[in-house]
Amino acid sequence: MKVLALLHTENNILPRAALETISVARSLGGELTIAIFGGSAATAANTLAGSGATKFLVVEGEAFLQPRYSTDTAAATALIKAANPELILAPNTSRFARALPGVAQRVGAQVDTHIVGITAEGNSVKVQRWFYRQRILTTFTRVARPWLLLVDGGIQAPYEGASGTVTAESVPVTQVDSRTTVNGVQAPAADAQTIRPDAQLLFVAGAGWTKKQKDGQYHIGEASTLIQGFLQKAKASLGSSKSLVDLKSEGQETLSFMSHMNQIGQTGSTPRHQKGLSTCCHGEEPHAVGWRFITERRAINIDANCGWAQGKADVVYIGDAF
Amino acid sequence: MSNGFQIVVCGSLVPDPLQTLEPVTTPQGPGLKNETMLPSVLDPWSAHALFEAANLAKQVAGSKVWLVSLGPKAKLQQLMMTVAQKVPFELIAIDGSASGFTDAQQVATALAEAILAIPGLDKSKLLVFGGCASASRDASVTMQSVCERLGISEFFAGVDEIKASADGSFRVLERIEGGQYLDSTCAGAPAVLAWATGNLPEPPNNPQVGMMNMRGVMPALQKAKPAPVGVGGIAYEKVEIPAQKRATRVVKDVTAEDIAKEIIEWLKA
Repeated sequence: MKVLALLHTENNILPRAALETISVARSLGGELTIAIFGGSAATAANTLAGSGATKFLVVEGEAFLQPRYSTDTAAATALIKAANPELILAPNTSRFARALPGVAQRVGAQVDTHIVGITAEGNSVKVQRWFYRQRILTTFTRVARPWLLLVDGGIQAPYEGASGTVTAESVPVTQVDSRTTVNGVQAPAADAQTIRPDAQLLFVAGAGWTKKQKDGQYHIGEASTLIQGFLQKAKASLGSSKSLVDLKSEGQETLSFMSHMNQIGQTGSTPRHQKGLSTCCHGEEPHAVGWRFITERRAINIDANCGWAQGKADVVYIGDAF
Repeated sequence: MSNGFQIVVCGSLVPDPLQTLEPVTTPQGPGLKNETMLPSVLDPWSAHALFEAANLAKQVAGSKVWLVSLGPKAKLQQLMMTVAQKVPFELIAIDGSASGFTDAQQVATALAEAILAIPGLDKSKLLVFGGCASASRDASVTMQSVCERLGISEFFAGVDEIKASADGSFRVLERIEGGQYLDSTCAGAPAVLAWATGNLPEPPNNPQVGMMNMRGVMPALQKAKPAPVGVGGIAYEKVEIPAQKRATRVVKDVTAEDIAKEIIEWLKA
């Protein structure tokens, strides 16, 4: 089976997700080609010299430094056509999640995303992915080739192999007249960044923090101080329930540092952290679906019958912050 | 901008998230137990896209919003009783399965054909909105496939903000890794935007808007063309709800200090 690992660089190096994809590709066997686009793609190829790939393809150039649908699809299409693979593996980064489903259309490939498991026996490949927001797990296959798979992070350890010097073939890309200009990345100030994907702990605050407390008063200022202090000391990533971030968009006073970006669950993210601590969140299914990949779960709640206590958390503490 | 945007929102129905879902095997492939009976809501990310579309249309004079929705006609009719109260739009209904197990490419084909059939469609003014993923298939594939089928070269994913300028260009914020945004400017329509949550709250029900929308909803449902969407080339081997139930230990009648100590020990372990 001809396998293509399709990667992109980020700040001129391969991101962790790309190295995990290499591990997945190596686990399948077959004839491996590695294709990379973005800044310093050829240099990045050298770091995969020991991967066992038989061929390296790269696309470099000013147009491919920034994530942008029109240029990314052009680069990926050129690389796939040059490699002519049966199976294409790519990391499910925001850049590829945006571009590769469109690329599949251009190269006549089948495409499946959010792959969390993959096995191969000869040319037969089986994959696993969730449906209905991490509520139903499926195992399936396709006969048609090529088949493009966007692999979720964390299903394999990142590839760690020897660097060297490889001969990377530069693939030409037809010039793209893009109508989109990338202005840059908007990132919160380092001390204001509350979303930390690599943190060991996910701390989730629910709407309970903003309710009237036992004394009949709101304690939103105190809640902000407590949460931010905890995040700083625990070096945790901050998540939120939908109901809490919705308060902000409805104009109610709430935690100023919280946005929809922090939202975990049905319409939020499904992060991967070793541990998760939920506070003041009732733990109903729409919240809990975002916790599918949190290994150890604990919750603090004033209600002993909350959703977390119904088999969704390992430990539930009945308590109150105020 | 003169004459405004033509904003087409793609959005279908999904089971209410509070419902228990149980997979079953049907002659057409995997499905959900009592699927036709499950209460439905407008797919949450598509709903955000619809609210943002209405907001943009309000800001840019001469703009109009369509909602293209693929689902069983009877369920779409029920759904419209609530959705039509929110913002002004013209419905284009497509009669077919809204199951998460249907093939995204087939769905994209049906949506693109419906969009291209809109009378008076002007691609130079066209903005196609949708959710960045559905709460059913959750694949983040359909909108890109629609984009390619419409021959549009500009696509944005995980969008939280659009700001239109007088010259027809617009600035877009897309979610990327680590709580950051990719900030881009597009010279103008046509473009496809797959929305995350955006920044707008759910609009309150407006009976006047509801009355106006409902005048077009029933004829749209009657005209709905059937779309033969199915599982496509996928051969499902296993569809299951894995056992997730944990043996929860509930800790009651313990002081806050003791709870804090136990949590710190757990964090350090």
